[in-house]
Amino acid sequence: MTTSTTTARPTDRLERLLSRVTGDEKHGPSAHSTLDVLWVLYDRVLRVSPDTVDALDRDRFVLSKGHGPAAYYAVLAAKGFIPEEWLDDLAGRDSRLGHHPDRVLVPGVEIGSGSLGHGLGLAVGMLLGLRAQGLLTPRAYVLLGDAELDEGSNHEAIAYAGLTGLGNLTAIVIDNRSATHGWSAGATMPLSAGAPVPLSAGGHARSANSAGIAARFTVNGWTAVTVDGRDHDAIQAGLDRRQPDRPHVVVAEINTKG
Amino acid sequence: MRERFIETTTDLLADDPRSALVLADISAASFTSAARRHPDRVLNVGIREQLMIGVAGGLALTGLRPIVHSYATFLVDRAYEQIKLDLDHQGVGAVLVSIGGSYDGSAAGRTHMSPGDVALFDTLGDWTVHVPGHPDEVAGLLRAAVGGDEPVYLRLSTQTNDAAYPGDGRIRVLRRGTAGAPLVLAVGPTLTATLAATAGMDVTVGYTHTPRPLDAAGVRELAGSAVVLVEPYLAGTSSAAVGRALRDVPHRLLALGVERTDLRRYGSPADHARWHGLDAAGLRRSISAFLG
Repeated sequence: MTTSTTTARPTDRLERLLSRVTGDEKHGPSAHSTLDVLWVLYDRVLRVSPDTVDALDRDRFVLSKGHGPAAYYAVLAAKGFIPEEWLDDLAGRDSRLGHHPDRVLVPGVEIGSGSLGHGLGLAVGMLLGLRAQGLLTPRAYVLLGDAELDEGSNHEAIAYAGLTGLGNLTAIVIDNRSATHGWSAGATMPLSAGAPVPLSAGGHARSANSAGIAARFTVNGWTAVTVDGRDHDAIQAGLDRRQPDRPHVVVAEINTKG
Repeated sequence: MRERFIETTTDLLADDPRSALVLADISAASFTSAARRHPDRVLNVGIREQLMIGVAGGLALTGLRPIVHSYATFLVDRAYEQIKLDLDHQGVGAVLVSIGGSYDGSAAGRTHMSPGDVALFDTLGDWTVHVPGHPDEVAGLLRAAVGGDEPVYLRLSTQTNDAAYPGDGRIRVLRRGTAGAPLVLAVGPTLTATLAATAGMDVTVGYTHTPRPLDAAGVRELAGSAVVLVEPYLAGTSSAAVGRALRDVPHRLLALGVERTDLRRYGSPADHARWHGLDAAGLRRSISAFLG
Protein backbone atom coordinates (compact mmCIF):
# COMPACT_ATOMS: atom_id res chain seq x y z
CA MET A 1 0.00 0.00 0.00
CA THR A 2 2.98 2.31 0.38
CA THR A 3 3.84 4.35 -2.65
CA SER A 4 7.25 4.81 -4.16
CA THR A 5 10.00 6.83 -2.56
CA THR A 6 10.84 8.86 -5.60
CA THR A 7 12.01 12.28 -4.48
CA ALA A 8 11.96 14.25 -7.70
CA ARG A 9 8.96 15.09 -9.80
CA PRO A 10 9.38 13.47 -13.19
CA THR A 11 8.70 16.79 -14.82
CA ASP A 12 9.11 15.69 -18.38
CA ARG A 13 6.78 12.75 -17.97
CA LEU A 14 4.13 14.74 -16.15
CA GLU A 15 4.31 17.51 -18.69
CA ARG A 16 3.97 14.93 -21.43
CA LEU A 17 0.95 13.44 -19.72
CA LEU A 18 -0.54 16.87 -19.15
CA SER A 19 -0.08 17.67 -22.79
CA ARG A 20 -2.22 14.69 -23.66
CA VAL A 21 -5.14 16.19 -21.79
CA THR A 22 -6.54 18.05 -24.72
CA GLY A 23 -9.92 19.54 -25.48
CA ASP A 24 -11.65 22.60 -24.18
CA GLU A 25 -10.06 22.58 -20.74
CA LYS A 26 -10.88 25.99 -19.42
CA HIS A 27 -9.12 25.64 -16.08
CA GLY A 28 -5.57 25.12 -17.33
CA PRO A 29 -3.81 27.45 -14.88
CA SER A 30 -5.76 25.88 -12.08
CA ALA A 31 -4.49 22.48 -13.13
CA HIS A 32 -0.90 23.63 -13.08
CA SER A 33 -1.25 25.25 -9.68
CA THR A 34 -2.04 21.90 -8.10
CA LEU A 35 0.49 19.79 -9.93
CA ASP A 36 3.31 19.84 -7.40
CA VAL A 37 1.11 19.25 -4.37
CA LEU A 38 -0.61 16.39 -6.14
CA TRP A 39 2.68 14.80 -7.06
CA VAL A 40 4.06 15.01 -3.53
CA LEU A 41 0.87 13.53 -2.13
CA TYR A 42 0.75 10.60 -4.53
CA ASP A 43 4.50 10.03 -4.67
CA ARG A 44 5.45 10.46 -1.03
CA VAL A 45 2.47 10.56 1.28
CA LEU A 46 -0.71 8.73 0.36
CA ARG A 47 -1.08 5.11 1.40
CA VAL A 48 -3.13 4.08 -1.60
CA SER A 49 -2.30 2.35 -4.84
CA PRO A 50 -4.21 1.12 -7.89
CA ASP A 51 -4.59 -2.20 -6.09
CA THR A 52 -6.10 -0.70 -2.94
CA VAL A 53 -8.57 1.85 -4.26
CA ASP A 54 -11.39 -0.08 -2.60
CA ALA A 55 -9.59 -1.02 0.63
CA LEU A 56 -11.47 0.38 3.59
CA ASP A 57 -8.27 1.34 5.40
CA ARG A 58 -6.73 3.28 2.51
CA ASP A 59 -5.85 6.93 2.72
CA ARG A 60 -8.29 9.22 0.96
CA PHE A 61 -7.35 12.06 -1.34
CA VAL A 62 -10.28 14.39 -1.91
CA LEU A 63 -10.07 16.93 -4.71
CA SER A 64 -12.56 19.45 -3.40
CA LYS A 65 -11.34 22.05 -5.87
CA GLY A 66 -12.65 20.03 -8.77
CA HIS A 67 -11.66 22.65 -11.30
CA GLY A 68 -8.65 22.00 -13.44
CA PRO A 69 -8.33 18.27 -12.93
CA ALA A 70 -5.82 17.86 -15.77
CA ALA A 71 -2.96 17.65 -13.29
CA TYR A 72 -4.96 15.22 -11.17
CA TYR A 73 -5.59 12.99 -14.16
CA ALA A 74 -1.96 13.20 -15.20
CA VAL A 75 -0.78 12.15 -11.73
CA LEU A 76 -3.35 9.33 -11.60
CA ALA A 77 -2.06 8.12 -14.96
CA ALA A 78 1.56 8.43 -13.87
CA LYS A 79 0.80 6.30 -10.82
CA GLY A 80 -1.12 3.70 -12.74
CA PHE A 81 -4.64 4.39 -11.50
CA ILE A 82 -5.91 5.07 -15.01
CA PRO A 83 -4.55 4.26 -18.46
CA GLU A 84 -2.58 7.04 -20.09
CA GLU A 85 -4.78 6.68 -23.15
CA TRP A 86 -7.72 8.10 -21.22
CA LEU A 87 -5.97 11.45 -21.18
CA ASP A 88 -6.37 11.89 -24.91
CA ASP A 89 -10.12 12.44 -24.88
CA LEU A 90 -10.91 14.86 -22.08
CA ALA A 91 -14.65 15.45 -21.89
CA GLY A 92 -15.20 13.51 -25.08
CA ARG A 93 -18.44 11.75 -25.79
CA ASP A 94 -17.22 8.44 -24.39
CA SER A 95 -14.56 9.78 -22.06
CA ARG A 96 -14.40 8.91 -18.38
CA LEU A 97 -12.49 12.12 -17.74
CA GLY A 98 -14.39 15.39 -17.65
CA HIS A 99 -13.63 18.95 -16.72
CA HIS A 100 -14.67 17.93 -13.24
CA PRO A 101 -13.94 14.40 -12.01
CA ASP A 102 -16.59 11.76 -11.33
CA ARG A 103 -15.74 9.09 -8.74
CA VAL A 104 -18.04 6.60 -10.39
CA LEU A 105 -16.15 6.87 -13.67
CA VAL A 106 -12.52 7.16 -12.56
CA PRO A 107 -10.74 4.54 -10.44
CA GLY A 108 -9.05 6.08 -7.44
CA VAL A 109 -11.14 9.24 -7.45
CA GLU A 110 -12.79 9.52 -4.05
CA ILE A 111 -15.48 12.09 -4.79
CA GLY A 112 -17.18 13.63 -7.76
CA SER A 113 -16.47 17.34 -7.47
CA GLY A 114 -16.68 20.58 -9.39
CA SER A 115 -19.21 22.61 -7.47
CA LEU A 116 -16.99 24.21 -4.86
CA GLY A 117 -17.27 23.66 -1.15
CA HIS A 118 -18.16 19.98 -0.90
CA GLY A 119 -14.93 18.07 -0.36
CA LEU A 120 -14.12 19.04 3.19
CA GLY A 121 -17.51 18.06 4.58
CA LEU A 122 -17.40 14.74 2.76
CA ALA A 123 -13.91 14.05 4.06
CA VAL A 124 -14.96 14.83 7.62
CA GLY A 125 -17.77 12.32 7.19
CA MET A 126 -15.40 9.73 5.77
CA LEU A 127 -13.04 9.98 8.73
CA LEU A 128 -15.88 9.89 11.23
CA GLY A 129 -17.27 6.85 9.45
CA LEU A 130 -13.91 5.10 9.60
CA ARG A 131 -13.50 6.05 13.24
CA ALA A 132 -16.91 4.56 14.01
CA GLN A 133 -15.66 1.33 12.51
CA GLY A 134 -12.49 1.35 14.60
CA LEU A 135 -10.22 2.51 11.80
CA LEU A 136 -8.06 5.29 13.14
CA THR A 137 -5.03 5.08 10.89
CA PRO A 138 -6.42 6.06 7.48
CA ARG A 139 -5.87 9.71 6.68
CA ALA A 140 -7.73 12.12 4.47
CA TYR A 141 -6.09 14.89 2.46
CA VAL A 142 -8.39 17.52 0.97
CA LEU A 143 -7.21 19.89 -1.73
CA LEU A 144 -8.97 23.25 -1.83
CA GLY A 145 -8.42 26.57 -3.55
CA ASP A 146 -8.15 29.87 -1.77
CA ALA A 147 -11.16 31.20 -3.69
CA GLU A 148 -13.08 28.08 -2.80
CA LEU A 149 -12.85 29.10 0.83
CA ASP A 150 -15.41 31.78 0.01
CA GLU A 151 -18.00 29.00 0.12
CA GLY A 152 -19.65 29.01 3.53
CA SER A 153 -19.97 25.23 3.54
CA ASN A 154 -16.20 25.01 4.00
CA HIS A 155 -16.42 26.98 7.19
CA GLU A 156 -19.06 24.65 8.56
CA ALA A 157 -16.61 21.81 8.02
CA ILE A 158 -13.57 23.70 9.29
CA ALA A 159 -15.32 24.55 12.55
CA TYR A 160 -16.68 21.08 13.15
CA ALA A 161 -13.44 19.30 12.24
CA GLY A 162 -11.62 21.43 14.76
CA LEU A 163 -14.15 20.60 17.45
CA THR A 164 -13.92 16.87 16.78
CA GLY A 165 -10.12 16.84 16.86
CA LEU A 166 -9.72 14.97 13.60
CA GLY A 167 -5.96 14.57 13.66
CA ASN A 168 -5.99 12.45 10.51
CA LEU A 169 -7.51 15.24 8.45
CA THR A 170 -5.24 17.51 6.44
CA ALA A 171 -6.42 20.29 4.17
CA ILE A 172 -4.15 21.74 1.54
CA VAL A 173 -5.17 25.17 0.30
CA ILE A 174 -3.64 26.25 -2.98
CA ASP A 175 -3.15 29.97 -2.45
CA ASN A 176 -2.77 31.64 -5.80
CA ARG A 177 -4.73 34.66 -4.60
CA SER A 178 -7.76 33.85 -6.68
CA ALA A 179 -10.33 34.88 -4.09
CA THR A 180 -11.99 38.06 -5.28
CA HIS A 181 -11.70 39.83 -1.96
CA GLY A 182 -8.61 38.06 -0.66
CA TRP A 183 -8.13 36.87 2.88
CA SER A 184 -7.22 38.97 5.84
CA ALA A 185 -5.95 37.72 9.16
CA GLY A 186 -7.43 40.73 10.90
CA ALA A 187 -6.15 44.00 12.20
CA THR A 188 -3.01 42.47 13.63
CA MET A 189 -1.93 41.14 10.26
CA PRO A 190 -2.35 43.88 7.64
CA LEU A 191 -3.02 42.80 4.08
CA SER A 192 -0.32 45.14 2.82
CA ALA A 193 2.43 43.45 4.74
CA GLY A 194 5.18 42.13 2.57
CA ALA A 195 7.25 40.66 5.33
CA PRO A 196 6.71 37.19 6.72
CA VAL A 197 3.64 37.04 8.92
CA PRO A 198 3.70 34.92 12.05
CA LEU A 199 1.20 32.10 12.35
CA SER A 200 -0.28 30.99 15.63
CA ALA A 201 1.02 27.48 15.14
CA GLY A 202 4.54 28.59 14.38
CA GLY A 203 6.23 29.14 11.06
CA HIS A 204 5.68 32.05 8.75
CA ALA A 205 3.47 32.96 5.88
CA ARG A 206 5.11 34.70 3.00
CA SER A 207 2.03 36.78 2.35
CA ALA A 208 -0.71 38.34 4.41
CA ASN A 209 -3.20 36.47 2.23
CA SER A 210 -1.80 33.12 3.29
CA ALA A 211 -1.77 34.27 6.89
CA GLY A 212 -5.40 35.19 6.54
CA ILE A 213 -6.24 31.77 5.16
CA ALA A 214 -4.35 30.03 7.93
CA ALA A 215 -6.11 32.15 10.53
CA ARG A 216 -9.48 30.82 9.36
CA PHE A 217 -8.31 27.37 10.35
CA THR A 218 -6.28 28.06 13.46
CA VAL A 219 -9.09 29.98 15.10
CA ASN A 220 -11.07 26.74 14.85
CA GLY A 221 -8.41 24.59 16.48
CA TRP A 222 -6.39 23.51 13.45
CA THR A 223 -2.65 23.65 13.15
CA ALA A 224 -1.40 25.53 10.11
CA VAL A 225 1.73 25.95 8.08
CA THR A 226 2.47 27.89 4.93
CA VAL A 227 4.81 26.54 2.28
CA ASP A 228 6.06 27.25 -1.19
CA GLY A 229 3.59 25.30 -3.31
CA ARG A 230 6.30 24.49 -5.87
CA ASP A 231 8.88 23.16 -3.40
CA HIS A 232 8.38 19.44 -2.98
CA ASP A 233 10.43 19.07 0.16
CA ALA A 234 8.68 22.04 1.74
CA ILE A 235 5.28 20.62 0.84
CA GLN A 236 6.16 17.28 2.38
CA ALA A 237 7.57 18.93 5.47
CA GLY A 238 4.40 20.96 5.82
CA LEU A 239 2.25 17.86 5.53
CA ASP A 240 4.41 16.09 8.11
CA ARG A 241 3.80 18.78 10.70
CA ARG A 242 0.32 17.57 11.51
CA GLN A 243 -0.43 16.68 15.12
CA PRO A 244 -2.30 13.58 16.23
CA ASP A 245 -5.22 15.32 17.89
CA ARG A 246 -5.91 18.31 15.66
CA PRO A 247 -6.68 18.75 11.99
CA HIS A 248 -3.96 20.39 9.98
CA VAL A 249 -3.85 22.78 7.06
CA VAL A 250 -1.02 23.41 4.64
CA VAL A 251 -1.34 26.68 2.76
CA ALA A 252 0.59 26.17 -0.46
CA GLU A 253 1.51 29.47 -2.02
CA ILE A 254 1.56 29.58 -5.80
CA ASN A 255 2.54 32.63 -7.75
CA THR A 256 0.54 32.00 -10.91
CA LYS A 257 -3.09 32.96 -10.64
CA GLY A 258 -5.42 30.22 -11.77
CA MET B 1 -44.55 10.42 14.62
CA ARG B 2 -41.45 12.20 15.88
CA GLU B 3 -41.54 10.15 19.08
CA ARG B 4 -41.77 6.91 17.12
CA PHE B 5 -38.84 8.02 15.03
CA ILE B 6 -36.78 8.74 18.12
CA GLU B 7 -37.67 5.40 19.74
CA THR B 8 -37.01 3.39 16.60
CA THR B 9 -33.78 5.15 15.75
CA THR B 10 -32.51 4.66 19.28
CA ASP B 11 -33.21 0.93 18.94
CA LEU B 12 -31.61 0.77 15.50
CA LEU B 13 -28.44 2.40 16.76
CA ALA B 14 -28.21 -0.30 19.41
CA ASP B 15 -29.04 -3.18 17.09
CA ASP B 16 -27.31 -2.24 13.84
CA PRO B 17 -23.63 -1.21 13.99
CA ARG B 18 -23.93 0.05 10.44
CA SER B 19 -26.45 2.72 11.42
CA ALA B 20 -25.42 6.26 12.29
CA LEU B 21 -27.40 9.38 13.11
CA VAL B 22 -26.46 12.85 11.92
CA LEU B 23 -28.20 15.86 13.42
CA ALA B 24 -27.99 19.62 13.16
CA ASP B 25 -29.16 20.40 16.69
CA ILE B 26 -32.83 19.64 15.96
CA SER B 27 -34.03 16.78 18.22
CA ALA B 28 -30.52 16.38 19.65
CA ALA B 29 -31.77 16.46 23.23
CA SER B 30 -33.94 13.43 22.50
CA PHE B 31 -30.87 11.43 21.53
CA THR B 32 -28.70 12.29 24.51
CA SER B 33 -28.66 8.77 25.90
CA ALA B 34 -28.08 7.26 22.47
CA ALA B 35 -25.17 9.64 21.94
CA ARG B 36 -23.71 8.56 25.25
CA ARG B 37 -23.90 4.90 24.25
CA HIS B 38 -22.75 5.38 20.66
CA PRO B 39 -20.63 8.52 20.59
CA ASP B 40 -19.03 7.62 17.27
CA ARG B 41 -22.37 7.05 15.54
CA VAL B 42 -24.52 9.86 16.91
CA LEU B 43 -23.13 13.05 15.44
CA ASN B 44 -24.58 16.47 16.10
CA VAL B 45 -22.75 18.89 13.83
CA GLY B 46 -24.49 21.96 15.21
CA ILE B 47 -26.55 24.31 13.09
CA ARG B 48 -24.67 23.37 9.93
CA GLU B 49 -27.11 21.73 7.56
CA GLN B 50 -24.81 21.69 4.55
CA LEU B 51 -22.23 19.88 6.63
CA MET B 52 -24.90 17.56 8.02
CA ILE B 53 -25.51 16.15 4.55
CA GLY B 54 -21.83 16.23 3.63
CA VAL B 55 -20.96 14.21 6.72
CA ALA B 56 -23.74 11.78 5.88
CA GLY B 57 -22.29 11.38 2.40
CA GLY B 58 -18.87 10.70 3.86
CA LEU B 59 -20.26 8.15 6.31
CA ALA B 60 -22.06 6.39 3.49
CA LEU B 61 -18.87 6.33 1.44
CA THR B 62 -17.30 4.24 4.22
CA GLY B 63 -20.19 1.79 4.27
CA LEU B 64 -22.27 3.16 7.12
CA ARG B 65 -25.98 3.80 6.83
CA PRO B 66 -26.63 7.40 7.88
CA ILE B 67 -29.97 8.58 9.22
CA VAL B 68 -30.16 12.35 8.85
CA HIS B 69 -32.78 14.40 10.61
CA SER B 70 -34.01 17.97 10.85
CA TYR B 71 -36.92 20.17 9.88
CA ALA B 72 -37.80 19.70 6.23
CA THR B 73 -37.00 23.28 5.38
CA PHE B 74 -33.43 22.85 6.65
CA LEU B 75 -32.89 19.21 5.77
CA VAL B 76 -34.14 19.45 2.19
CA ASP B 77 -34.67 23.03 1.07
CA ARG B 78 -31.50 24.46 2.55
CA ALA B 79 -29.24 21.50 1.87
CA TYR B 80 -30.63 20.62 -1.55
CA GLU B 81 -27.32 20.91 -3.37
CA GLN B 82 -25.63 18.71 -0.81
CA ILE B 83 -28.36 16.09 -1.26
CA LYS B 84 -27.86 16.33 -5.00
CA LEU B 85 -24.06 16.16 -4.94
CA ASP B 86 -22.89 14.70 -1.63
CA LEU B 87 -25.34 11.80 -1.83
CA ASP B 88 -26.83 11.40 -5.29
CA HIS B 89 -23.78 12.27 -7.36
CA GLN B 90 -21.48 10.24 -5.15
CA GLY B 91 -23.69 7.24 -5.76
CA VAL B 92 -24.50 6.65 -2.11
CA GLY B 93 -27.72 6.65 -0.15
CA ALA B 94 -28.96 7.82 3.22
CA VAL B 95 -32.22 7.93 5.11
CA LEU B 96 -33.35 11.52 5.45
CA VAL B 97 -36.06 11.99 8.08
CA SER B 98 -37.85 15.30 8.26
CA ILE B 99 -40.36 16.86 10.55
CA GLY B 100 -42.31 20.05 10.04
CA GLY B 101 -43.09 19.69 6.36
CA SER B 102 -45.62 21.93 4.64
CA TYR B 103 -47.36 24.03 7.29
CA ASP B 104 -46.80 21.88 10.39
CA GLY B 105 -44.81 24.79 11.74
CA SER B 106 -47.32 27.41 10.64
CA ALA B 107 -46.98 29.46 13.81
CA ALA B 108 -43.30 29.89 12.98
CA GLY B 109 -44.08 31.41 9.60
CA ARG B 110 -42.89 30.84 6.07
CA THR B 111 -39.24 30.35 7.02
CA HIS B 112 -40.23 27.12 8.73
CA MET B 113 -42.61 25.83 6.06
CA SER B 114 -41.60 23.36 3.38
CA PRO B 115 -44.33 22.40 0.96
CA GLY B 116 -41.87 21.79 -1.89
CA ASP B 117 -39.66 19.11 -0.37
CA VAL B 118 -41.11 16.09 -2.13
CA ALA B 119 -41.09 17.94 -5.45
CA LEU B 120 -37.37 18.58 -4.97
CA PHE B 121 -36.73 14.85 -4.66
CA ASP B 122 -38.42 14.42 -8.02
CA THR B 123 -35.54 16.39 -9.52
CA LEU B 124 -33.04 13.82 -8.25
CA GLY B 125 -32.42 10.12 -8.83
CA ASP B 126 -34.70 7.35 -7.75
CA TRP B 127 -35.44 8.32 -4.18
CA THR B 128 -38.03 6.40 -2.24
CA VAL B 129 -40.35 8.82 -0.47
CA HIS B 130 -42.46 7.74 2.49
CA VAL B 131 -45.15 10.01 3.88
CA PRO B 132 -46.70 8.12 6.78
CA GLY B 133 -50.18 9.13 7.80
CA HIS B 134 -50.09 7.73 11.31
CA PRO B 135 -47.44 7.18 13.98
CA ASP B 136 -47.93 3.42 13.81
CA GLU B 137 -46.67 3.44 10.23
CA VAL B 138 -43.34 5.03 11.10
CA ALA B 139 -41.33 2.24 12.70
CA GLY B 140 -41.81 -0.27 9.90
CA LEU B 141 -40.94 2.24 7.21
CA LEU B 142 -37.85 3.43 9.08
CA ARG B 143 -36.55 -0.05 9.83
CA ALA B 144 -36.96 -1.13 6.22
CA ALA B 145 -35.23 2.01 5.01
CA VAL B 146 -32.26 1.68 7.33
CA GLY B 147 -31.89 -1.97 6.39
CA GLY B 148 -31.22 -1.07 2.77
CA ASP B 149 -28.68 1.03 0.93
CA GLU B 150 -30.90 3.13 -1.27
CA PRO B 151 -31.75 6.82 -0.84
CA VAL B 152 -34.92 7.25 1.20
CA TYR B 153 -36.84 10.30 2.37
CA LEU B 154 -39.17 9.78 5.33
CA ARG B 155 -41.48 12.74 5.83
CA LEU B 156 -42.98 12.86 9.31
CA SER B 157 -45.83 15.14 10.27
CA THR B 158 -47.79 16.38 13.21
CA GLN B 159 -50.92 15.73 11.14
CA THR B 160 -52.24 12.19 11.47
CA ASN B 161 -55.07 10.04 10.23
CA ASP B 162 -57.52 8.31 12.56
CA ALA B 163 -56.12 4.88 11.76
CA ALA B 164 -52.82 3.41 10.60
CA TYR B 165 -52.42 1.49 7.38
CA PRO B 166 -48.95 0.02 7.39
CA GLY B 167 -47.95 -1.96 4.37
CA ASP B 168 -45.55 -2.09 1.50
CA GLY B 169 -46.64 1.12 -0.17
CA ARG B 170 -49.09 -0.35 -2.63
CA ILE B 171 -52.36 1.52 -2.79
CA ARG B 172 -54.81 0.29 -0.17
CA VAL B 173 -58.50 0.65 -1.02
CA LEU B 174 -60.47 2.14 1.85
CA ARG B 175 -63.71 2.60 0.00
CA ARG B 176 -64.62 1.09 -3.36
CA GLY B 177 -66.90 2.80 -5.83
CA THR B 178 -68.82 1.21 -8.64
CA ALA B 179 -67.05 -0.04 -11.75
CA GLY B 180 -65.32 2.84 -13.49
CA ALA B 181 -65.76 5.20 -10.56
CA PRO B 182 -63.06 7.87 -10.17
CA LEU B 183 -60.09 7.15 -7.94
CA VAL B 184 -59.40 9.56 -5.10
CA LEU B 185 -55.88 8.84 -3.94
CA ALA B 186 -54.94 10.20 -0.51
CA VAL B 187 -51.27 10.41 0.41
CA GLY B 188 -50.14 10.28 4.02
CA PRO B 189 -52.04 12.33 6.58
CA THR B 190 -54.68 13.55 4.14
CA LEU B 191 -56.67 10.33 4.36
CA THR B 192 -59.10 11.09 7.19
CA ALA B 193 -60.13 14.38 5.62
CA THR B 194 -60.42 12.71 2.22
CA LEU B 195 -62.68 9.98 3.54
CA ALA B 196 -64.89 12.58 5.18
CA ALA B 197 -64.91 14.74 2.08
CA THR B 198 -66.00 11.90 -0.22
CA ALA B 199 -68.69 10.43 2.01
CA GLY B 200 -71.65 9.46 -0.15
CA MET B 201 -69.77 9.98 -3.44
CA ASP B 202 -69.39 7.20 -5.94
CA VAL B 203 -65.62 7.13 -5.87
CA THR B 204 -62.90 4.69 -4.95
CA VAL B 205 -60.75 6.03 -2.13
CA GLY B 206 -57.20 4.72 -2.07
CA TYR B 207 -54.35 5.41 0.33
CA THR B 208 -50.59 5.24 0.14
CA HIS B 209 -47.79 6.28 2.44
CA THR B 210 -45.27 5.84 -0.35
CA PRO B 211 -45.70 8.30 -3.20
CA ARG B 212 -42.27 7.36 -4.62
CA PRO B 213 -42.19 5.05 -6.29
CA LEU B 214 -45.89 5.54 -6.84
CA ASP B 215 -47.81 2.30 -7.16
CA ALA B 216 -48.35 2.63 -10.89
CA ALA B 217 -50.03 -0.77 -11.21
CA GLY B 218 -52.46 0.21 -8.48
CA VAL B 219 -53.24 3.50 -10.18
CA ARG B 220 -53.88 1.70 -13.47
CA GLU B 221 -56.09 -0.87 -11.79
CA LEU B 222 -58.15 1.56 -9.74
CA ALA B 223 -58.36 4.64 -11.91
CA GLY B 224 -61.75 5.02 -13.46
CA SER B 225 -62.52 7.90 -15.73
CA ALA B 226 -60.76 10.29 -13.44
CA VAL B 227 -58.13 10.53 -10.73
CA VAL B 228 -58.06 12.97 -7.83
CA LEU B 229 -54.75 13.30 -6.04
CA VAL B 230 -54.79 14.60 -2.48
CA GLU B 231 -51.28 15.30 -1.22
CA PRO B 232 -50.09 17.06 1.92
CA TYR B 233 -47.36 18.96 0.08
CA LEU B 234 -47.18 21.04 -3.08
CA ALA B 235 -50.25 20.51 -5.27
CA GLY B 236 -49.44 18.56 -8.41
CA THR B 237 -46.28 16.96 -7.09
CA SER B 238 -47.40 13.48 -8.18
CA SER B 239 -49.22 14.53 -11.33
CA ALA B 240 -46.36 13.40 -13.54
CA ALA B 241 -46.22 10.02 -11.80
CA VAL B 242 -49.94 9.51 -12.37
CA GLY B 243 -49.50 10.64 -15.95
CA ARG B 244 -46.79 8.04 -16.48
CA ALA B 245 -48.93 5.34 -14.91
CA LEU B 246 -51.84 6.20 -17.21
CA ARG B 247 -49.81 7.22 -20.24
CA ASP B 248 -51.97 5.19 -22.61
CA VAL B 249 -55.26 5.54 -20.72
CA PRO B 250 -57.51 8.54 -21.32
CA HIS B 251 -58.16 10.17 -17.98
CA ARG B 252 -58.90 13.40 -16.18
CA LEU B 253 -56.74 14.47 -13.25
CA LEU B 254 -57.30 16.88 -10.38
CA ALA B 255 -54.26 17.45 -8.20
CA LEU B 256 -54.96 18.89 -4.76
CA GLY B 257 -52.36 19.91 -2.23
CA VAL B 258 -50.64 22.94 -0.80
CA GLU B 259 -50.81 25.95 -3.07
CA ARG B 260 -47.67 27.82 -4.08
CA THR B 261 -48.67 31.17 -2.70
CA ASP B 262 -46.92 32.44 0.40
CA LEU B 263 -49.99 33.27 2.45
CA ARG B 264 -47.97 35.39 4.87
CA ARG B 265 -50.16 34.13 7.69
CA TYR B 266 -49.41 32.32 10.91
CA GLY B 267 -52.23 30.44 12.65
CA SER B 268 -52.56 26.71 13.19
CA PRO B 269 -52.02 23.82 10.76
CA ALA B 270 -55.80 23.41 10.73
CA ASP B 271 -56.13 27.02 9.61
CA HIS B 272 -53.68 26.42 6.78
CA ALA B 273 -55.43 23.22 5.76
CA ARG B 274 -58.61 25.24 5.42
CA TRP B 275 -56.90 28.07 3.55
CA HIS B 276 -55.38 25.62 1.10
CA GLY B 277 -58.67 23.76 0.71
CA LEU B 278 -57.32 20.60 2.27
CA ASP B 279 -59.84 20.29 5.09
CA ALA B 280 -62.82 18.00 4.50
CA ALA B 281 -65.11 20.82 3.42
CA GLY B 282 -62.57 22.28 1.02
CA LEU B 283 -61.75 18.90 -0.48
CA ARG B 284 -65.42 18.15 -0.98
CA ARG B 285 -65.94 21.42 -2.78
CA SER B 286 -63.01 20.83 -5.12
CA ILE B 287 -63.77 17.18 -5.80
CA SER B 288 -67.46 17.79 -6.36
CA ALA B 289 -66.76 20.62 -8.77
CA PHE B 290 -64.27 18.49 -10.68
CA LEU B 291 -66.42 15.37 -10.94
CA GLY B 292 -69.59 17.32 -11.59
